[in-house]
Amino acid sequence: MFDFLSDYDDPSLLGAFWVTVQLTLFSGVGSLIWGTLLAGMRVSPVPLMRGFATAYVNIVRNIPLTVIIVFTSLGLADIFGVTMGAPDNFELQGFRLAVLGLIAYTAAFVCEALRSGINTVPVGQAEAARAIGLNFTQVLSLIVLPQAFRSVIGPLANVLIALTKNTTVAAAIGVAEAALLMKEMIENEAQTVLIGAIFAFGFVVLTLPTGLFLGWLSKRLAVKR
Amino acid sequence: MTSVLYDAPGPRAKRRNVILSVTFFVLLALLLWWVWQTLDDKGQLNWALWKPFTESAAWTTYLLPGLANTLKAAALAMIIALPLGAFLGISRLSDHRWVRGPAGVVVEFFRAIPVLLLMLFANEFYARSTDISSAERPLYAVVTGLVLYNASVLAEIVRAGILALPKGQTEAAKAIGLRKGQTMTFVLLPQAVTAMLPAIVSQLVVIVKDTALGGVLLGFTELLNSRGTLAANYANVIPSFIVVAIIYIVLNFILTSFASWLEGRLRRSKRSTGAVLGAEDVEELNAAEVGGPHGGGAGKI
Repeated sequence: MFDFLSDYDDPSLLGAFWVTVQLTLFSGVGSLIWGTLLAGMRVSPVPLMRGFATAYVNIVRNIPLTVIIVFTSLGLADIFGVTMGAPDNFELQGFRLAVLGLIAYTAAFVCEALRSGINTVPVGQAEAARAIGLNFTQVLSLIVLPQAFRSVIGPLANVLIALTKNTTVAAAIGVAEAALLMKEMIENEAQTVLIGAIFAFGFVVLTLPTGLFLGWLSKRLAVKR
Repeated sequence: MTSVLYDAPGPRAKRRNVILSVTFFVLLALLLWWVWQTLDDKGQLNWALWKPFTESAAWTTYLLPGLANTLKAAALAMIIALPLGAFLGISRLSDHRWVRGPAGVVVEFFRAIPVLLLMLFANEFYARSTDISSAERPLYAVVTGLVLYNASVLAEIVRAGILALPKGQTEAAKAIGLRKGQTMTFVLLPQAVTAMLPAIVSQLVVIVKDTALGGVLLGFTELLNSRGTLAANYANVIPSFIVVAIIYIVLNFILTSFASWLEGRLRRSKRSTGAVLGAEDVEELNAAEVGGPHGGGAGKI
């Protein structure tokens, strides 16, 4: 029943899912960093930075991820010459461009999650902290951010799970991940339903433990108010 | 101006803010200058490449039919997914385990799977098992994928909307002798639908964005796909991307604004029960929150 799987070795089933996992991990870390920077700008006292971050979030969230990913390939790579350090290796270039596109898109959602986390910290806490003489950095690192991060683990877990599913869009620029392999398999093999079930199962295996673990963590760490 | 993060600025903070502003402005200007310069080098700023958008041909041949297909797929998906989602959502609240269980499995399953996989599967399934013509197939596949995914998200919205109603509503209905079905159809559902309207409208944004998947991978001639044909004709890659992105942004911005206007209106209105599901709740529901903090993502209840 599963004989046909051995016909695919570049990438193999596990290889394709490994690319999916890699896309998720790299884009996850990248969008956490870029999203935190954006969130920092969005709540900063500098109007220009606030304006930039607000515009970025509102614009990027309303553009389909597919448009962004296709643009990284046709626009960034072909017109702007952004080859991500791999001008001759199209496979590597496609992977890195997909990561770039996923970071650009996901960071907008990370930013919104973090901002809502900062908003959950009562102003009185910061006032109390300032009253006992803590400076800005201390207020931020000792009082506000620890509570903010603990309260947004749940929403960030949702962003990560959505990102895992969104990595399939990389198939649009030919990155050899799970969705592209599934497309190839169901076109060539007669067992549409079986193949569909295998890939569906793969994604459930990827998202279920993430959701369970981070859900458990967010419950454990939530600041009770 | 006091927030959690900073106090009203004193002289030193003011100076620092000015320095930060200037640095940021310079960086941003450098970036824009590089973008402009590159576009100029590649000839993407030539008026000839932008001119098509001022004439009707580019719009009537490529963009408007593409946009029409995008909206058609989104509207069809919404219209089919809504009743299906309501049905699944109500099933999940059933008193009978044999109804509640399977509905829960269906909802969680389709939320955990990427929409693209659903579309690809539907496309191949229609090709093999039905006689839908190959010209029509992409639309059917896109709508099927969108319906399966969004029905399960809408099911959670419906469930959250019903759970958000005050308990007294059910108790009062029971007290005047309504049966379970009557309570649901005459008392709970109408109120829940009103409360859910903003969330439903913002879900449309997600659907509109997801139609673009069909354009690249199934050959569905929606907006993004039409952009490709248009750019192949006029060789205007960057201008066409910019125009298409603007169309998406404007369209989705209108939907988001409408949703928040609706939300504000519903929150103010005297007749509502105070339970309003806004756009934020949808975002929480969109990611498959498998076993998440609220047991399947019932939002902030």
